[in-house]
Amino acid sequence: MVISKITAGLKKTRDNLSSAFKSIFQASLTDDIYEEVEELLIQTDMGMDTVTTLVANVEKQMSRKEKQNSSMVFDSLRQELISMINTHDTAIRKAPAGFPTVVFVVGVNGTGKTTSVAKLANRLLADKKKVVLAACDTFRGAAIEQLEVWAQRTGTYLVKHQHGADAAAVAFDAVESAKARGADYLLVDTAGRLHTNKNLMEELKKIKRTVEKRIPSAPHEILITIDAVTGQNAVPQVKTFHEALNLTGIILTKLDGTAKGGIVVRIQHELNIPVKFIGIGESMDDLLPFDSKEFVHALFEA
Amino acid sequence: MFESLSEKLNSVFKNLRGYGRLSEKNIKDALREIKLALLEADVNYIVVKEFVEAVKEKAVGSKVLDSITPGQQIVKIVHDEIVRLMGGTPYPVELKGKKNRIMLVGLQGSGKTTSAAKLASYFRKKGFSPFMVALDIQRPAAMDQLAFLGKQIDVPVYLDKKEKKVVKIAEQAMEKARQTEVSLELFDTAGRLHIDDALMDELISLKNTIKPDEILFVADSMTGQDAVNSIKVFHDKLSLTGVILTKIDGDARGGAALSIKSTTGCPIRFVGIGEKINDFDVFYPERMASRVLGMGDIVSLVEKAQEQFDEKQAKELQKKIKKNDLNLVDFLAQLRQLRKLGPLENILSMLPGAGNMKGLAVDEKELIHIEAIIQSMTTRERVNPQLIDLSRKRRIARGSGTSVQDVNKLLKNFFTMKKMMKKLVSQTNTMQRMGGKLWR
Repeated sequence: MVISKITAGLKKTRDNLSSAFKSIFQASLTDDIYEEVEELLIQTDMGMDTVTTLVANVEKQMSRKEKQNSSMVFDSLRQELISMINTHDTAIRKAPAGFPTVVFVVGVNGTGKTTSVAKLANRLLADKKKVVLAACDTFRGAAIEQLEVWAQRTGTYLVKHQHGADAAAVAFDAVESAKARGADYLLVDTAGRLHTNKNLMEELKKIKRTVEKRIPSAPHEILITIDAVTGQNAVPQVKTFHEALNLTGIILTKLDGTAKGGIVVRIQHELNIPVKFIGIGESMDDLLPFDSKEFVHALFEA
Repeated sequence: MFESLSEKLNSVFKNLRGYGRLSEKNIKDALREIKLALLEADVNYIVVKEFVEAVKEKAVGSKVLDSITPGQQIVKIVHDEIVRLMGGTPYPVELKGKKNRIMLVGLQGSGKTTSAAKLASYFRKKGFSPFMVALDIQRPAAMDQLAFLGKQIDVPVYLDKKEKKVVKIAEQAMEKARQTEVSLELFDTAGRLHIDDALMDELISLKNTIKPDEILFVADSMTGQDAVNSIKVFHDKLSLTGVILTKIDGDARGGAALSIKSTTGCPIRFVGIGEKINDFDVFYPERMASRVLGMGDIVSLVEKAQEQFDEKQAKELQKKIKKNDLNLVDFLAQLRQLRKLGPLENILSMLPGAGNMKGLAVDEKELIHIEAIIQSMTTRERVNPQLIDLSRKRRIARGSGTSVQDVNKLLKNFFTMKKMMKKLVSQTNTMQRMGGKLWR
């Protein structure tokens, strides 16, 4: 079921890629063809460096004869890609017994933080977990109301202040509330911010410190949302957020479009931060655990 | 990045000086570097391919000028070609008459709602009376967001939370607008994927109902290779009249701008440059070209500086710098003017090459300390900082709530700056001769 969902989500990607790959690899591999392979990989947004590494590694591993076998080249590229992706550490880290597991969702504007928080809550609720939400985006107009609608739809308890309130104060109250209610999870939605805005990055650190003071092991997860359409700028985004907060994972959102989300391959290659979830649609259950094999398979599958 | 591209090109060409002409053979490696730079800036690979061909045609056979290096010459050709591709001159939306309708469309999270409010504010300054219509019935509380922004900028907003047909909402909104003095109606639609046929059809019927003068596609400047896929479909179905490029206050190189313009011909009309309503500007192709090439947006910086700086003061300062008798009074005045420009990192980000200046992050708090230290000095001390001995330092530190070390650090920095200025002045003439080299 999971495979079929990803497969459907990445269908357009695959259609484009696989037919092109097929036609290429049925011929024998010349320099020209490798150049074309390069181009095809670039359109997934994985970045030129990653592509060069990938192609070079594949080329090294294969004999001249193997290179003429399209299916072998396929397998080799697929294997190489899978090996480039961090597959450890994709489970949600848990709080010690007696404490709620605190999950932060951070990222630049418009990448899908609030929606991801709602979807994550929905997943946890389906597992019969007790969830509390914290509306720490006190900046954007109606961000609190947006989360409130989701809280009502999922029947989750929401901690909120009014617009313009101190986000760290909301987080503080939310931790107290989650503890008092014996919640299993506290999901913290934060305001979107560009990683280049130093003051806003400081604000995030403050929210983190506040939570840390109440629960020393928290936050247990700090997930950054990356929009699948994002190009090479996702790298400085993840890097800067990671330097400020020590990210524990990535939610790759909006993978139901034609964008390939290949940038996460480069991110893994350079920063080794694992993708934990993917967002593949607008409905509440359109958040799935990331699986590197399925991801790569869906990209290449014939 | 420009520095590195330019440097790379220079090393590619290091043997070329005196060769005379650029040939297909000697620019092959240079073209590869250009290709990589553009791909790294997220320009679509098909666009890059065509672009590199065009640059090759322009470059091959052109004579290497004595005054600049071949690398610089190629960068200039690339830069000019990008400017040309992006339309050359700014082309903002111009409204006329008493009825104007603008419809905003785009993918989820690209910034439509914020852009609607920014456009309303932009045109109100030009004397129009705006009215915003909330047509995003998909995203929870999207209508509330527009209402919130409307309230913030005091622009009326039409919304109807009960109606489930957006076409009906649009009709009723237009009817309402008819009864008032509204001269600009702005329609904020829900974000949608270009492959969502049902929602794309909805946009077509909205277009037929609203009959907008402008349909603007709101595009995130951080978009990668896929930018062309989405805009192509939106353009095919709706005949867009332009693009608003958002979030360019980040450090994305914005290659999507080039991809969008060259694959659809849709001109980029405006850019979003921050979270505040006034963080909105006309799109300047020239600046974008510099940005895509990583040359820094120095023009914007200069303009921003011109807006804020007192010309008379600036001239006096220049004189002082030339004579090298800058003192702490000038330093304080400078500091205050600099701070008026906004957070320092914004300014730094506009400087060419500042992208690579790691560790240059300036702490705003430190500036406040510096100000306090100078203010704790007597006028004599400010004019003549050499006077400041240890006992004076102690007094100043106490007065400003800092430490002697802080005072020492400031003085040291000040004297270093003075030295640097002296050097700069002596270099000015050389720099002027180099002309284009000032970009570096």
